[in-house]
Amino acid sequence: MTRDDFTAKLRRILALMRKESFQIVRDPSSIALGVVMPVVLILLFGYGLSLDVKNVPVAVVIENPAPLATDAAAGFLLSPYFDAHIMTSMKDAEKLMLERKVDGIVRLRSNFSRDLSLGDAQAQILVHGADANRARIIEAYAQGAMAQWAARRQAQGESVAGGPVGVVSRLWFNEANDSHYFLVPGLMVLVMTLIGAFLTTMVVAREWERGTLEALFVTPMRTDEFLLGKTLPYFLLGMIGLGLCFLASRFMFGVPFRGSIWLFAGISTLYLMIALGIGLLISSAVKSQFVASQLTMVVTFLPAMMLSGFIFDLRSMPAAVRAITYLLPARYFVALLQTVFLAGNVWSVVLPDTAILAAMVIVLLVLSRRVTRKKLA
Amino acid sequence: MWESLARIFALIRKELLAMLKDPRARWSIIVPPVLQCLIFGYAATYDLNNVPYAVLDQNHSFASRDLLARFDGSRVFERVADLRCAADIARVIDNRDALLVIQVPQDFERDLLLGKPASVQLIADGRNSNTAGVAQAYAGAIVDAFNADWRSQHGMAGPPIDIASRAWFNSNLETRWNMIPSLIGTITLIQTMMLAAMSIAREREQGTFDQLLVTPFRPLEIMAGKAVPSMIIGTIQATNILLVAQLWFRIPFQGSFVVLYAGLVLFLLAAVGIGIFVSSIAATMQQAMLYSFLLIMPFSLLSGLTTPITNMPESLQILTFANPLRYAITIAQRVYLEGVGIGTLVPNLWPMAIIATVTLGAATWMFRHRVA
Repeated sequence: MTRDDFTAKLRRILALMRKESFQIVRDPSSIALGVVMPVVLILLFGYGLSLDVKNVPVAVVIENPAPLATDAAAGFLLSPYFDAHIMTSMKDAEKLMLERKVDGIVRLRSNFSRDLSLGDAQAQILVHGADANRARIIEAYAQGAMAQWAARRQAQGESVAGGPVGVVSRLWFNEANDSHYFLVPGLMVLVMTLIGAFLTTMVVAREWERGTLEALFVTPMRTDEFLLGKTLPYFLLGMIGLGLCFLASRFMFGVPFRGSIWLFAGISTLYLMIALGIGLLISSAVKSQFVASQLTMVVTFLPAMMLSGFIFDLRSMPAAVRAITYLLPARYFVALLQTVFLAGNVWSVVLPDTAILAAMVIVLLVLSRRVTRKKLA
Repeated sequence: MWESLARIFALIRKELLAMLKDPRARWSIIVPPVLQCLIFGYAATYDLNNVPYAVLDQNHSFASRDLLARFDGSRVFERVADLRCAADIARVIDNRDALLVIQVPQDFERDLLLGKPASVQLIADGRNSNTAGVAQAYAGAIVDAFNADWRSQHGMAGPPIDIASRAWFNSNLETRWNMIPSLIGTITLIQTMMLAAMSIAREREQGTFDQLLVTPFRPLEIMAGKAVPSMIIGTIQATNILLVAQLWFRIPFQGSFVVLYAGLVLFLLAAVGIGIFVSSIAATMQQAMLYSFLLIMPFSLLSGLTTPITNMPESLQILTFANPLRYAITIAQRVYLEGVGIGTLVPNLWPMAIIATVTLGAATWMFRHRVA
């Protein structure tokens, strides 16, 4: 290739990029998706969503207000996890639970104090199971509150024996047990998927639908120039979204970052290229905005949210569903992000997952180049 | 009156044809919701049933083996490695080989036999602190069972407080039971809102909207003709998901179908109203799609589907009152799992009626004023 050829090529790419950038800047909806959406998601995930259980409304039923029972109930009043309502009738408590005014009931029967001095008391914990995850956590916390109270009495010299085996729990990488630590990095996956795949799909499918893409094909523009010029502006938009998420995670939510920033940038670039590739591929394959957008939702966005290990753990899924997740780039990206943010540069995780992402990039580039070219004929 | 109905009916027919004439569009309306419901029914669970764990047994005693055998015997834990030294812990956790490491210290059995408090250490991978917390709670339950047996075998007094726990409405605490009924609302919201949002934007982009306006249709008739088809499709999708819930996942249905569908129709009206309102603002299909997506995200995140609403800060909880999905999920869960009647659900029904009235009214107004 001579120098002139090269400058001509560069000029064509730049011209397309310019047109695409104008289109982004002038259409409020692309800016909304590229900039407003990440900010909204950050705020929602950061301040709105939390899997940590705090201030759970519970009813503590004391059927006989003897000192021991009220003392045990005080443990619930003081706990930051519970917003306890002390009442004396089980009927009232059950009514509150049916109305979902409380999520759990702790019942200390009328003979609780007497039995406790005999060393064999019973406490009953009822939880509302409509939200199973929350119910399980509430159950565990309520048991913990009872156990703590028992331990406190023991420390005061009362005869309440602890268990023969105590459990010392430690949470690595997330000592604060803060769900933002994994929700906020996981958010980057959603943002990149939306900008990379969803936006590109819409834009390219629209050109197909309107026939402006065919008009572009009769120009001297070559396929790779087209792909480059078309996707680079969206790539930059995606990187801006990523940067916003990164800054927010560090400075607004104090999520630790223990890996290398270059590694982070590298894997994010790979993932964004994959998202763009999938977007190009889908839009070239179906050429209709509605069908393309539905397909992108099903193929990229929903899996990135539900099947990537971002919120729901992959290990609990049945083998067939888990097998599907191996095909999803989001799965590897989530694993990489969680590792780079919270654990550091663990090469035994980073190397294989990055290699898989890189392989996916190559496959998608080749495929989208072929699909786009084939339609030229 | 009859003429008006006939016109609306004709428009509904035309809309349904436009939506369904493309075989790929037909496919994308029927198959993805069922597929999503199936996949999420299996995937969207906080329950763990496959926890890989590693053991660092520095005691190698009868007691420690007994304790560890209980982990192996549970169907939740799966031992992937036996570690030799404390340095190995970092390796298996870092590599994600194990979610949990159980460390039994050297003097475990001696302390137990002496009646001193013995301890085991549970180290969990906190990269997903929710999963880690659940795994630790499971492990704690196994240790509790061990404690109880040890006490009775060694003639110790039982624990001073015996705690009996029970969960209402979902006795095995399966996430799937609350997830699938919630999906009835979530999945139909995504599709009906997008369909409604596309309906007018498509006409506008293709230039046929002006043609529609010169016909004898009145704005209200156009509105009805655009809203009803999306609602029909939404109802079909919701029914499909309900069938999956009952026939495939076999989640027992406690309530009445009439109540559920009454709530559903109101919800679809609100969803379609929002979609048409977006459509009346958007200039192109792309804008309609992106704006409705921009709304769907917060709708589904602030609905209580993945994280409880009571965990949200006050200001956001107030925002959720404008979210139709919030009510749909509450209604679906309460009717499905608890079997409540329509009387209890009134506080969840009227907000949706308000949302529908406001959005549809605003959209009709937009029609009239964008024409001029």
